[in-house]
Amino acid sequence: MANIILLKDVGEAMNKAAIEAFPNECCGFFFGHEISGDRVVQEVMPVENSKEGDQRRRFSIDPKAYMDAEKRALAMDMNLLGVYHSHPSHPAIPSEHDLKQAMPWFSYIILSVEKEEVKKTTSWQLNDARKFENETLKQL
Amino acid sequence: MAQVIIPTPLRKFTNAQARFEADGNTVQDVLKALSTQHEGLKTHLLDENGELRSFVRVYLGDEDINFLQKGETPIEANSIISIIPAIAGGIV
Repeated sequence: MANIILLKDVGEAMNKAAIEAFPNECCGFFFGHEISGDRVVQEVMPVENSKEGDQRRRFSIDPKAYMDAEKRALAMDMNLLGVYHSHPSHPAIPSEHDLKQAMPWFSYIILSVEKEEVKKTTSWQLNDARKFENETLKQL
Repeated sequence: MAQVIIPTPLRKFTNAQARFEADGNTVQDVLKALSTQHEGLKTHLLDENGELRSFVRVYLGDEDINFLQKGETPIEANSIISIIPAIAGGIV
């Protein structure tokens, strides 16, 4: 799996969203470019968690927000590279539910967050066997 | 011809094409043409009965076809059909 590199502002924006949403899950999209197989994340788009019910354990993104993200990617001439979400008080490891809903090609960034601190951030991508593989995540 | 907007994660199956054009009378006609031309898309769009997968939404313009006539929703020559993956997950 390739490297995924978060520019400083991007990492900070994701951390802020995860802490502010705690104890609920936050979610959003990110954009950037693929350079020699590595993904460089340059922009982030926080999105409302539209899950009805317990948002401490689940997130969902409204289809119209997804359409907006695709339009934004075209307008910025960037790729919609994937989706981030937080796991409040849980490890940054994808769940069965994350796996079931995952799309090929997208990177899935997961932030393990406690009340005032993001403990760990990981990134995952589906392989051809529909299993998650860990990407090497670097934060500048 | 109606136009289908392919979502970014599925463009690996369309040679990076973001748009696909086809003639047809209904949404289903166009989606079938799409999955015939790009075989790799099929398993991500349709189940074994040829029905749209529950994790995939299809919009005609700004409207979810589930609130129209689903696959039988009629289209026009300038219709824009968007395929939208359901994005969800969580701890459990």
